[in-house]
Amino acid sequence: MKEKLTEEAVAMRAAKELQPGDYCNLGIGMPQLCALYVPQGVHLQTQNGALDFGPLITQENVKQIDPDLIDAGGSFYTRAPGMSFFDVLTSFAMIRSGRMSTILGGLQVSERGDLAIHSTSEADAYPQIGGAMDLAWGAKKVIVAMAHTTRDGKPKIVKELTMPVSAQRCVDVVVTDIAVIEVTPAGLLLKELAPGWTPEEVQSQTGAQLIVTDDVKTVEL
Amino acid sequence: MTSKVCTAAEAMADVHDGASIAVHSWGAAGTPGYLLRALVQRAVKDLTLYCNNFIPVPEFLAELGMPLVTPLIPQLKKIVSPFVGGRGLALSGTTDFLGDQVKRGQLEIEATTHGVFMERLHAGAMGLGGFYSPVGLNTIIERGKEKRVIDDKEYIFEKPIRPDVGLIKADKADKLGNLIYRGSSRGSNPIIAMASKLTIVEVFEVVEPGELDPEMVVTPGIYVDRIVRIPDEDVASGKRRPEIVKRLTEEILPLVWAISKGGQG
Repeated sequence: MKEKLTEEAVAMRAAKELQPGDYCNLGIGMPQLCALYVPQGVHLQTQNGALDFGPLITQENVKQIDPDLIDAGGSFYTRAPGMSFFDVLTSFAMIRSGRMSTILGGLQVSERGDLAIHSTSEADAYPQIGGAMDLAWGAKKVIVAMAHTTRDGKPKIVKELTMPVSAQRCVDVVVTDIAVIEVTPAGLLLKELAPGWTPEEVQSQTGAQLIVTDDVKTVEL
Repeated sequence: MTSKVCTAAEAMADVHDGASIAVHSWGAAGTPGYLLRALVQRAVKDLTLYCNNFIPVPEFLAELGMPLVTPLIPQLKKIVSPFVGGRGLALSGTTDFLGDQVKRGQLEIEATTHGVFMERLHAGAMGLGGFYSPVGLNTIIERGKEKRVIDDKEYIFEKPIRPDVGLIKADKADKLGNLIYRGSSRGSNPIIAMASKLTIVEVFEVVEPGELDPEMVVTPGIYVDRIVRIPDEDVASGKRRPEIVKRLTEEILPLVWAISKGGQG
């Protein structure tokens, strides 16, 4: 069994998709790890109404806790110079303005860049959409960070979604634990491989055809 | 002039069976936990609840005054919310907390996206008849709704939300109902205040007119009908905050961090 990138490494690579000056919303769960690795000068937003907030509260800085400062996932964060607070209506206006990028998790991505993120099946009892559909529709750049396959080894990058669609033709790039893949009008372009992986091996774990060129690089963190 | 300042019981007195209620519910900040408990006590039934998140909270957090919407379950007929349930919420120890009622048809759940949810409240506040939104096209969101093409783009018609009652939280109110928020406690509270026919706010502190800087007021008093100061002895009060924060940092967060490290990550 070949070594895959750790969650931290996927988060580091996904964070490199952002440029200083970019505004970005990180999805709940794994994408939140990216906060540790985004380039300096990236402005992070949280859906419940803050921009440019400071580092999260951890064991090390727990004394700085302020019970009125929580992010959308419920974690406490600190203040930082230049931060702003706003209501949730304004927050989603930002999200749908095309000014903000996003790093989201994903259940499935199709070869056209359709994203399934809110539900594994039509039979799901509860809506757990949150802001994911707004982000997927409205973001300037949609970066999906996820495992390349499910825990039982099924491809999550597929020709057609089998799970309920959250937004169509929205994904720009997928960063997984074995590859970086760009969604292009021609199809899924294999850009980078995890160290030790070949294009054939990545293709064998992918449910859609990959475009492979001589430009394929090794993931650098 | 009658005072807007009253107790929670007085504020809730004419909240009736079948009412529609909007509440900011997003974790520890800005969720009006004291008013939610008063609504449970009031025991009105067949409510329609509009809320940001409807998530079960573990009991050890509830004891610390963590605001809860789930005790309302027996009083609800319908939930309209972008996020319902506990998937990924390992701490709650439950994943199917509504299943029975939903299956038996006693509780209806309406899905929405968070941005659409906020804009529906906004439309209600603005007196609009609805709006056309592109989010959720060809997904479950468009089911049963009118679609329309405007300038070659497809949209879904979304209706306004105009709740009978809005339950909100702010940091401070003056006696006219002008509100100042703090940090993430702003949330959707200002929008719910504008959208609701009757707005009830819980605050840590009530001050005299003139004591709030008008430049800092986010919600003008016209949108606030009743003001409830959280009593000092209550777990959610400003007075007990230092004690709660101490327990949070010394007992609860270390536990949360330990569990999330040992969990699926």
